Amino acid sequence: MAESFVYRELGGPSPRYWGLLALLAVPLALGAASYFYIEHYGHIVTGMDNQIVWGMPHVFAVFLIVAATGALNVALAASVFGKTAYKPVAPLSALVSVALLVGGLALLMLDLGRSDRMIVAMTHLNAKSLFALRVILYNGFLATVAVYFWFMLERRMNRYIKAAAILAFLWQLLLVTGTGLMFGFMVARAAYDSVLYAPMFIAFSSAYGTAVFILILLATCRWEERPIADELLRRLKNLLGIFVGASLYFAALFHFSKYYVARSHDVGQFLLFDGGVYTALFWLGQVAIGAVAPLALLLRSQVSSAAIAAACSLVVLGGLAQMYVTLIGGQAYPQILFPGMVEASSFFDGEIHPYTPSVPEVLLGLGGVGLTAAIVAVALRALALLPERLDQTAGPQA
Amino acid sequence: MSADANDGISRRGFLAISAATLGGVVLAPGIRLIEIAGARAPEQAASDKVRWGLLIDTNKCASGCEDCVKACALENGVKSTGHARTDPQWIRKVELKDLRSGRTHSVPVMCQHCEHPPCVDVCPTGASFKRADGVVLVDRHICIGCRYCMMACPYKARAIVFQDVTDQNPDVPRGKGCVEGCTLCVHRIDHDRQPACVEACTKAGHNAMIFGDLNDPQSEIAQRVAKYATTQIRADLKLNPGVRYQGL
Repeated sequence: MAESFVYRELGGPSPRYWGLLALLAVPLALGAASYFYIEHYGHIVTGMDNQIVWGMPHVFAVFLIVAATGALNVALAASVFGKTAYKPVAPLSALVSVALLVGGLALLMLDLGRSDRMIVAMTHLNAKSLFALRVILYNGFLATVAVYFWFMLERRMNRYIKAAAILAFLWQLLLVTGTGLMFGFMVARAAYDSVLYAPMFIAFSSAYGTAVFILILLATCRWEERPIADELLRRLKNLLGIFVGASLYFAALFHFSKYYVARSHDVGQFLLFDGGVYTALFWLGQVAIGAVAPLALLLRSQVSSAAIAAACSLVVLGGLAQMYVTLIGGQAYPQILFPGMVEASSFFDGEIHPYTPSVPEVLLGLGGVGLTAAIVAVALRALALLPERLDQTAGPQA
Repeated sequence: MSADANDGISRRGFLAISAATLGGVVLAPGIRLIEIAGARAPEQAASDKVRWGLLIDTNKCASGCEDCVKACALENGVKSTGHARTDPQWIRKVELKDLRSGRTHSVPVMCQHCEHPPCVDVCPTGASFKRADGVVLVDRHICIGCRYCMMACPYKARAIVFQDVTDQNPDVPRGKGCVEGCTLCVHRIDHDRQPACVEACTKAGHNAMIFGDLNDPQSEIAQRVAKYATTQIRADLKLNPGVRYQGL
């Protein structure tokens, strides 16, 4: 059982650890500076305009939030579905999940037109808004995972782990469904308007979250040479393979349905063939780099942590490409007000909208990633969340 | 005796008549005006018995004419900053060409003041709201600038302010970071005036725009909607916009 493992904080000499924090402080500082710059001058200094209203910060934010729910999968597999092999890494899985969510939420809040009013988002809730509902879902998710986390760490509460985990599982499902439907219910834009967004986002979430989790697990073990059992790596490798496969299936189904149905054929054609950078990012980024290449690495019977790390990195890159295609590509395609007519106006009706992200936007996005990494680094140093050795899972203890 | 009595009556009578006259002079025109125009007193809430709407006759709307656009910009203090892509447009002229017949139209498009506005559904704080009389507005005090309404609006009718705003019209407060759109000139219609775009169109003699209460069978707009075929943009979405187009 997990009790037989000795959990230990992140060790290593102080200068090395402080060096890591100093490194993470760079994206954080640049992100903070970018935020104040945009806040002062307004969104005019970003690449966004009145056609592309959600830009690069949203690409990072939605990626982090979607990955957050999926990063909990490993912990839930242990606590809800009895996969005891994952038990030793369950606390790390919960930590990565919370850190990703905090990073993503911070970005969403900092990219508001009136970020000084973010408290208003808590005090005025429109119950019908999926966005507002997500505010409740996010906070609820953080609270549920916190309780689950506490039950895992506090021996006396261990027996309630399963109940807490089931609650976290259901909450996770609700949250990622809500995020997917935020796009799915947007009937105004042809690239959205599909309930497939809900299951597709569940698959994306599982793939991205698991990839980030494995990367952090491998990095932590490498930091102080904690051994990992091949059996655990094999399981994680196969789990990620299933999630990447499911993501590819839903992406194919979604794009095919858009392309096939006459009503949405034009936007399907745009994303798949005529969309320039979006088409390239879809085929090269989301499909080749984000799915085919990692699957080739993950489906090998050999277990190599280098190959797994490479596959995870590719999944993350593919995920960012997918978010760019979904968010920016979906807005670049014009809103058709008068079907069957050619539209033209000084407000760019009927045109494909261009978008070039500005440097502050990208830095703000990277700041969110830095925040996530910093939370993980600080928590791992302060709390004993990972066993000293992860090469005992295959034995009777597991 | 009689002289005293007469004195008393005349004093009382004088005071009563004076009070009644004064009251009449002060109140009657207001009451009468409210009755005639359907305008409401400042303390009176907007009524759901009214559904304000616009009817645009595209046969009378000339390509290249921007009278309504200019009037809106002047009325609401919406100025060009030289950045066309980030400049808000509360009303715009969209030039249309039918792909099959080749027929062309030129139509003004603004917030369509839907009965079921998606912008109101998605707004996380409730800043996007619909008044009882059908006017869809943004409460600038609680708009957090998330732009979800801009994503959800099928008419591209909302815009966010990208930079500081100067020389504002006191009736129409605007601000950097908040979302805005056509208010149907709510500050005018509440005082029984026409929206600026409609007034400009009428004044120039085009008469392509009619404003009025769609719920009042006696109003010109309701009678025209009852008599002629009119369309709503993206009627397939079943949002029941308050803006209708004739001749499309």
